[in-house]
Amino acid sequence: MGKELKRTPLFNYYKENDIKLIDFGGWALPIQFSSITDEHKSVREKAGLFDVSHMGEILVKGTGSEGFLNHLLTNDVSKLTVGQAQYNAIVYENGGTIDDLIIFKLDKLGYLVTPNASNTEKVFQWMKKEIVEDVILENRSEDIGLIALQGPYAERILQKLADDDLSKLKPFHFFQHVALKDITSVLISRTGYTGEDGFELYLETDETEKLWHLILEAGMEEGLKTCGLGARDTLRLEASLSLYGNELSDEISPLQGGIGFAVKTKKEADFIGKAALTAQLKNGVDKKIKGLELIGKGIARHGYKVFDEGGSEIGVITSGTKSPTLSNSIALALLSTSGNEVGTKVKIEIRNKLVDAVIVQLPFYKREID
Amino acid sequence: MKENRLYSKEHEWILPLGEDAVRVGITDYAVKQLGDVVYVEVPEVDAEVSIGSEMGTVESIKSASEIFAPVTGIILAVNEELEDAPELVNASPFEEGWFAEIQLENPVELEGLLSEENYQAYVAELVIEEEA
Repeated sequence: MGKELKRTPLFNYYKENDIKLIDFGGWALPIQFSSITDEHKSVREKAGLFDVSHMGEILVKGTGSEGFLNHLLTNDVSKLTVGQAQYNAIVYENGGTIDDLIIFKLDKLGYLVTPNASNTEKVFQWMKKEIVEDVILENRSEDIGLIALQGPYAERILQKLADDDLSKLKPFHFFQHVALKDITSVLISRTGYTGEDGFELYLETDETEKLWHLILEAGMEEGLKTCGLGARDTLRLEASLSLYGNELSDEISPLQGGIGFAVKTKKEADFIGKAALTAQLKNGVDKKIKGLELIGKGIARHGYKVFDEGGSEIGVITSGTKSPTLSNSIALALLSTSGNEVGTKVKIEIRNKLVDAVIVQLPFYKREID
Repeated sequence: MKENRLYSKEHEWILPLGEDAVRVGITDYAVKQLGDVVYVEVPEVDAEVSIGSEMGTVESIKSASEIFAPVTGIILAVNEELEDAPELVNASPFEEGWFAEIQLENPVELEGLLSEENYQAYVAELVIEEEA
């Protein structure tokens, strides 16, 4: 490989522990530490620790920031209170998705926006192009590390390091400037992308490896495992969470891509893409992400074609795997909406063979809330 | 040492069974590259395979990898246990995780395969490349 891969704050940790790294969108990151299946199960049953420092962080500040963001994003930013996070999408005029992201309301006039790693520059440039007076933009991606602690034991592990009562932190809310042992300023949000309870921890790049070790130590007796990109993908897929580049793209709108809940066409603010998305809502979308369970053998991969029982092509697989929790072969597919209801039998072309599958209700996996 | 085995550069091992048949599987190096095997597609018994042609697939959670026939011949037997227990490939790549047995059409093809020693040297080079 000729090009230099970008390093997260945990790069030295990977090297010291002889962890194999791959090129993930230009970043050197591990697919797995031990085994994807084991890592996946530890997140469902206990807890897992992920390095997600490659994700982007863009600060939006100034008196115009709420209006600016509400003009760019599909969800209703005016609904956010300080300390609250919101899942969101940013789209082109035609409704195609630029990215999906989370936005945090830091204070009255400041927001943190977290695009996907590979989309950070694209989103930043798009924001710069649309910038208005009274808004300041800062791409802070280089200065901020991000660790995700996910799983049913996440709270009890992190609580060992924090004086603040973490049980008071509700889903999609966050605490700022939290001290975790001698690391003094961490943003702790009750968010994640695994379908489990958990936290995402934003902090300075320089302190990220220290926090990684503190959490590993605190989680040792709880069965915490370090997890790579492989488990991150199987976990989010079981939970039927859309991923940019798979279920979402510049050709797939949020309504088609399974994140319609983040589109508020009735919000007061006008926003880019509103007309296109309103029309899609009014007329219905022609294609939509659906869940498939394979009846026949094999694994459906991204890009495989899907046919109806009559042999007509009705769509394409966007993500597929063997589910470590459910032990069956599952996939998300972008399918034509006409007639493809839950229970409909379809066929997936896997290496020149047609394999039987059935359209199922999403999500594939949902945690039991106690 | 895995006695009497030969190897392909595609990371299959080949165990001669008598004079004109072989058993084929994938090596521990290949298994390590793959990660957790979750599905194995074996060929049909009696199918004809030719050297270098695709005769099956091993899928890990992340990817699918083809298994290429290291020799030309006819499939005598396949490891049907892999259908229900693909993890045997991880647990025991050289024994219980075997893939298929092939009746050789040209036993001379075995001469083109690598010895244990040469295969280990070949893998060592790959590891160095990977780390570079």
